[in-house]
Amino acid sequence: MKCIKIDKKQWAGGLETAASTYRLFGPVKSGEVYEFAALAPGREPDMAVQNTRTSPRSVVYPQAEVMFEYTTDENDPDAHVMKEPETDEKPRAAIGIRPCDAYSFVLVRRNFDSAEHQDVYWLRNYEETTFIGQACHNPCSTCFCTTAGCGPFHEAGLDVLLADAGDHYVARVLTDKGETFMKAAGWDAGIDCPDQEWEGWKTAAQEKIVSEVATDRLANIDTLALHDAGFWDDAAFSCINCGTCTYLCPTCWCFDIQDENKGRKGIRYRCWDSCMFPLFTLHGSGHNPRGDKTQRVRQRFMHKLKYYVDRYENGIQCVGCGRCVQHCPVNIDIRNVCNLMNSFGEAESCSVA
Amino acid sequence: MTAYTDKIREIARRLLKDCKVETVIGFRKGTVPMMNEPCFITRADAADELVWDGNCGINLANYLTDRKEKIAVFAKGCDSRNIVNHIVENKIDRDQLYIVGVPCKGMIDKRRIRGMAPGEITEVAEDGDAVRVKGRDFEESYDRKDVLQSNCAVCVHRNPVVYDELVADEVTEQTDVDRFADIAEIEAMSPEEKRAYFEELLAPCIRCYACRNACPLCYCPTCFVDESQPQWVGKSQNPTDVWTFHFLRAYHCAGRCTDCGACERACPVGINMRLLTKKLNKDAFEKWGWEAGLTLEQRPPLDTYRPNDPEEFIK
Repeated sequence: MKCIKIDKKQWAGGLETAASTYRLFGPVKSGEVYEFAALAPGREPDMAVQNTRTSPRSVVYPQAEVMFEYTTDENDPDAHVMKEPETDEKPRAAIGIRPCDAYSFVLVRRNFDSAEHQDVYWLRNYEETTFIGQACHNPCSTCFCTTAGCGPFHEAGLDVLLADAGDHYVARVLTDKGETFMKAAGWDAGIDCPDQEWEGWKTAAQEKIVSEVATDRLANIDTLALHDAGFWDDAAFSCINCGTCTYLCPTCWCFDIQDENKGRKGIRYRCWDSCMFPLFTLHGSGHNPRGDKTQRVRQRFMHKLKYYVDRYENGIQCVGCGRCVQHCPVNIDIRNVCNLMNSFGEAESCSVA
Repeated sequence: MTAYTDKIREIARRLLKDCKVETVIGFRKGTVPMMNEPCFITRADAADELVWDGNCGINLANYLTDRKEKIAVFAKGCDSRNIVNHIVENKIDRDQLYIVGVPCKGMIDKRRIRGMAPGEITEVAEDGDAVRVKGRDFEESYDRKDVLQSNCAVCVHRNPVVYDELVADEVTEQTDVDRFADIAEIEAMSPEEKRAYFEELLAPCIRCYACRNACPLCYCPTCFVDESQPQWVGKSQNPTDVWTFHFLRAYHCAGRCTDCGACERACPVGINMRLLTKKLNKDAFEKWGWEAGLTLEQRPPLDTYRPNDPEEFIK
């Protein structure tokens, strides 16, 4: 393990240097909320902000992304050719991404990069992105990362993990990609990794997590029985079927594909879609297999907490960032629903020793 | 207003016990500060789940659409006006509802309070005219009137306009408020300034449609933004498409909006889209003396015609 000390006085300068090789993204205030967005030249990421309102998902997976352009104008030599949009963009670096958000890409990758399918757009963006994480010394009260497969100092999905040590950052360089970025930023003050101190920070941060979910029984519960459980109407009653949860979530991956034409020219793009919207499942015949809101709410939770668990056998499709908990307009709380699902049928399985 | 809780539970218990209604729609305590969750109960012994405080800003009229059973619903002034809309627009029969009016002193603005607090808020308690806020390492107290939702601060219809029973005596209505001051400011702008203003206002929109879905007026089986044959609006983040959604949505609410604030409250990225609907409320008020949802006896301005309707906008 290689560690580097970054004096905070060298932080802004290093980022400026790195910006000649990388396109930087980070937490910035926009209006009244923080988003994880491209940093304008000279703009520093706000490292103090805990969880940005919108997740860093869009760094790799923009809300709308052009797949190709086309023309049907026979006079154009490129008529009927599907051309990728021209780009001279530099590789990306996500600065100050939180460990849970970085881990979300590991979960989402199982969908976009499987043995059967490789999503070229997502993979291209993902592979060219370097993730410079920032450990959470002070997690929010709604963070439940430690019971959702990661934690405030989790390293999976990161290339570098920074811990705040007052006047400097301690950077643990986790991958070659991370090392390349550190060189590009000119941060080269190698130090012996302060492993003991690091463990202390990590334990202190984990102890500040006050929120949790139980997931131990999910894999063994019968899928159809859970699907037909009695609690869904109550759990879904308040839902207004907006896309807040799915659009703030770092692990939601569903999309729609659209063509937009003007004259003989057009583009095909894909954009985020949401299982909360009736249109998401509307068939050409007019039939909608998930026409009721309860069905849609159930789908969202079953996908994250049951189907994903069964399909990938690698935990839930949730990193515990708490965005949906904090910002659902009607206070549907995934922690409650997860616990309801996990305890489903528990009474029947009781055995007295 | 927290004193209302006991009375609300008592009423719900009685209505369900006496089989006056099949369902009671109200709020239960939320899992995070400054949030309550709309809920329904069908058994008298579940009445103790219900609560009332300054975090009941979601408009419960939104939960009546297309329900078939006899329902009791707790209604603030604005909720009751939206229920009137529902009845006038034939979405529900008056006889299907038992309306329990809740005289309202305004809902507290979670975003404003989050912005004022020096750190993450873990607990909020209302105590008369004070709102006490606690975090890991701070405690603050705010004057309730300084942290009201901006629509509540200028509300002149705090008392329910239609009800079968009230949970408490009516509250004094506010009189010295300039309801449309923010709209007058925008009206005074040049077209270029307005464009820049709206561009900035709507830039954060992620098209989650929380504003539309939180609104009791938006009950169309298929919203125009969801039509695909033909498709009226593109689905990318193209600003023209984003604006088209917001502007058209506002126009669909013209003469119907009660400024309940549910849209702004629901927005996850802090957009005050009420500025659009309020402009139309102002127009309806100035041109026809109309305020939505105050009476069951009169058709709203956009579905009636009078020979002397103002027509100076027709060129």
